[in-house]
Amino acid sequence: MRDPHLHPVPTAPRRRPVGRVVLLALLAFALAACSASAPQSVLDPQGPAAQQPDDLFRVVLLIALVVFLVVQGLIIYAVVKFRDNGDGELPKQVHGNTKMELVWTIVPALILAGISVPTIKAVFDLAEEPPGAMIVEVIGHSWWWEYRYPGLGPDGTDLITANEMVLPENTDITLKMTAEESGSTANAVIHAYWIPALAGKQDVVPGRITTINLQTSGPDVYMGQCTEYCGLSHANMRNYATVLSAADFDAWVELQGTPAAMPAEGSDAAEGARLFAQLRDVEGLGQRACVSCHAISGYVGPDGEVAGAGVGPDLTHLMDREMFAGAIFDLYETSDGWGTWTDEPNVEDLVKWVQNAPEMKAMRATGENALGMPNLGLTEQEARQIVAYLLTLK
Amino acid sequence: MASTTTSDAGPLLARRPMKTQGRWSFLTTVDHKKIGIMYFWTTLVFFALGGFEAVFVRTQLMKAESTFMAEELYNQLFTMHGVTMVFLVVMPLSAAFFNYLLPLMIGARDVAFPRLNAFSYWVYLFGGIFLYSSFFLGGAPNGGWFGYAPLSTNIPGNNMAFYAMSLQILGISSLAASVNFIVTIVNMRAVGMTFMRMPVFVWMSLVVNFLLLFSLPIITVGLIMLQFDIALGTSFYQASAGGDPILWQHLFWLFGHPEVYILILPAMGIVSEVLPTFSKKPLFGYSFLVFAGAAIGFIGFGVWAHHMFTSAIGPVARASFGLSTMFIAVPTGIKIFNWVFTMIGGKIKFTTAMLFSVGFVAMFTIGGLSGVTHAIVPHDYQQTDTYWVVAHFHYVLFGGAMFGGVSGMYYWFPKVTGKLMNETLGRLHFWTWFIGFNLTFGPMHMSGLLGQPRRTAVLPAGLGDAVVLYNLLSTLGAFVLIVSSLIFLVNLIKSIKSGEPSGNDPWDARTLEWMTESPTPEVNFYEIPVVAHRDEFWHRKYAEDEAGVLRPVPAGASEDHDVDAAVATDEHADDGHGHIHMPDPSYWPLVMTAAFLPFGYAVIYKSAPLLLLAAVWMFAGFYGWIIEPLAAGDDD
Repeated sequence: MRDPHLHPVPTAPRRRPVGRVVLLALLAFALAACSASAPQSVLDPQGPAAQQPDDLFRVVLLIALVVFLVVQGLIIYAVVKFRDNGDGELPKQVHGNTKMELVWTIVPALILAGISVPTIKAVFDLAEEPPGAMIVEVIGHSWWWEYRYPGLGPDGTDLITANEMVLPENTDITLKMTAEESGSTANAVIHAYWIPALAGKQDVVPGRITTINLQTSGPDVYMGQCTEYCGLSHANMRNYATVLSAADFDAWVELQGTPAAMPAEGSDAAEGARLFAQLRDVEGLGQRACVSCHAISGYVGPDGEVAGAGVGPDLTHLMDREMFAGAIFDLYETSDGWGTWTDEPNVEDLVKWVQNAPEMKAMRATGENALGMPNLGLTEQEARQIVAYLLTLK
Repeated sequence: MASTTTSDAGPLLARRPMKTQGRWSFLTTVDHKKIGIMYFWTTLVFFALGGFEAVFVRTQLMKAESTFMAEELYNQLFTMHGVTMVFLVVMPLSAAFFNYLLPLMIGARDVAFPRLNAFSYWVYLFGGIFLYSSFFLGGAPNGGWFGYAPLSTNIPGNNMAFYAMSLQILGISSLAASVNFIVTIVNMRAVGMTFMRMPVFVWMSLVVNFLLLFSLPIITVGLIMLQFDIALGTSFYQASAGGDPILWQHLFWLFGHPEVYILILPAMGIVSEVLPTFSKKPLFGYSFLVFAGAAIGFIGFGVWAHHMFTSAIGPVARASFGLSTMFIAVPTGIKIFNWVFTMIGGKIKFTTAMLFSVGFVAMFTIGGLSGVTHAIVPHDYQQTDTYWVVAHFHYVLFGGAMFGGVSGMYYWFPKVTGKLMNETLGRLHFWTWFIGFNLTFGPMHMSGLLGQPRRTAVLPAGLGDAVVLYNLLSTLGAFVLIVSSLIFLVNLIKSIKSGEPSGNDPWDARTLEWMTESPTPEVNFYEIPVVAHRDEFWHRKYAEDEAGVLRPVPAGASEDHDVDAAVATDEHADDGHGHIHMPDPSYWPLVMTAAFLPFGYAVIYKSAPLLLLAAVWMFAGFYGWIIEPLAAGDDD
């Protein structure tokens, strides 16, 4: 029953779609295996909270691969074996086969039922807060992360830091997370906290507290990123976690609890410290200064101003961190890609940032529902003086 | 209709338009075929727009730390790409197929409510124009296609107000159409066309339109509250004022997940028509396929929170939605095996339509398998909102819905035009499409697993060289797809102008639409067929013995099918001999729906006079619609 309108069907077998897909998939996995440095990979779990899902995933991926091969194999078989050979005979009319239908209904259902048991167990395992876990409060801002360590500051106060989450090794951790802007939920939006090597992601929702339970392993540094679209600069809301040995962590806590010292009179840093509280009027913004947004414990301005505002990141020990501005810029030069920070401060990016932050990172610093750091209209000299002060905040 | 006056006097608008031929007749047409053609072309335009948006997005991600465009523009483009492809391309493309084919496949002369059908199309067109006008009015939506609150209410400007308004307008279009198609399928089948004799495409359409009917009201509620939060400062989704951001997510995904099946089931229906035709075999396991489709429709309402596994929901919800998500894979698997076994044992003819259908089965399988990994809830915490998910849903929507849709275009092109599409260009289209598709979306699996989040305007170099390489491959693939789409466009235009004549039944097809002339006459069927079989047309051409062996039947002489006797009892039988009553064209659907434009702008710009104008306009249109007379001479 060949139709004269159709073009003749070539008899020589051509390359099949599926063959190419298999090839592509294999190539992709081969390439992935070669790529040693993918610091945000989900395939390289570094703690039980990331390991448990990964184990499940690998099993499921294997089953999926088998199903993939079976289905694509059948398709290849069908298109190779049952091409119209043009003999004009009509094929046997098979309408179905109930036994086969039952097989491909029941077998997948059983496989899925089997997978569902460890899946559901893992859901409840991961949701369980380990008794005695260390609590870290995580606050999502547009577009950076703030961390609070309840009770670890001097006299039982909270330690407050930003962008870098510092954790002790081999410890159960519970992150208690929410989203705020300037201490209120009014202008806050949903973010998601994610450091794939340590644990899966969790949305961070204004007005609610969500949790991630995880356990650290040895000292290392891990990359992460906000993964719930949060508006203009979502792409620039990144973060990282540093896991320290127990002794180093104690030293870190000690350092973070220490107020910053004011720089010596007459230095560039001292002039920067003055500007920190007493900037000129900024056009369109009125009287503004760094202290209107940033906190520095131990700061004393020329007229006795304190820096206690919690709008932007706390800067008390800025230079103890390695990245800034939502962890998109290095505070210290790197020697060999991400995570290999040297002791050399990245002064130029800091100066550019202080001088005109919105040019460095998309922000909506003025107008309705303003978010982020505005262009403060500083001269380069003023910016360098402020940076000189910032560099003292070790 | 006895009470309706027939009039050829009076002012112009009180008369009924008469033209059913020519370009202008499209403005007043209520013919399901013409409306289907309008849906098709409009869809193609929006596909081009959505495609350009995608290419811009891919160009930005071609290299790390690219400054090709700023974040704000990127955010608008990826949002508009998603909204366009879902609401302005795949859904209306299905509507194009529903419109053109459903009446033909069930042996009817039009849909149940022809003017409402025109109304649906015009609302869709104006909704799309309204949405795209936002580009010229301060910026397009920039909050993602699922517009999560409170972000969508916090962004200054009217970007997300346009999102909320245009989705409501488009929802009206789809809701009206769903009622129309459900009534058409349930009430207007030809004599003998029982439910279990309906083509699978009709079945899938029925399921889809019930999904639309039940899911659209949910998002409409959500959108109205969103609109109120944006425009009037209410606090449905504002945590600071006692509202709940998660409420939006539930309402959106309660619609949004059935929506996924709204997008894919029509393509599954198309493939279920194409595979048997070109395998010269009936569909394997018809009833299993039908019930699997219906099961997907039901379970589809019980899996919405799998889009929210990392949202603020507890472990019990996560576990139960994980379970339901796993089990929706079962009916999907049933379908795949049935399609494959339709081909096995057949005599496969590789037309372009067939290539796209086989491609659908192969590609959709990949999307289905990556879909199952989302049900592994703890690992979903890792992969959600990464490019793994982007890869997954493009394998389902592009590898699935678009492959199926394109297959349908090649398959039914002769039905609509009476001409064949060029098969050489068609093959070229298929292979470039297939390679471009896999090159674009295949690497995204890997860039996702290696940690690249979706919706990020910047590809950080820190993610590693492999991620950067995969992104480059994806972008190259997108350019291959552009070339492929152009090949299709050339083929389409060339074939419309100078395609070879196809005859009425170029594929030796199985279903009723091929029994009448191609291109389809205005009345569809000069005589409404009486149906005695599933695949009625096939059974009129071939007789099948007990062992499933076929032999051709001489025209009009089926031994188990006495057409004459059946016609004698058919009340419509006389239609073939005299005047066939067809619905009259009407101005009113166009006139009335145009009021949605001032209505939308009135809500966004809070303009009372404009709102009043829109209300009066709409009411006048509604009134004109009701009192519209029959055309002269059409009072039979």
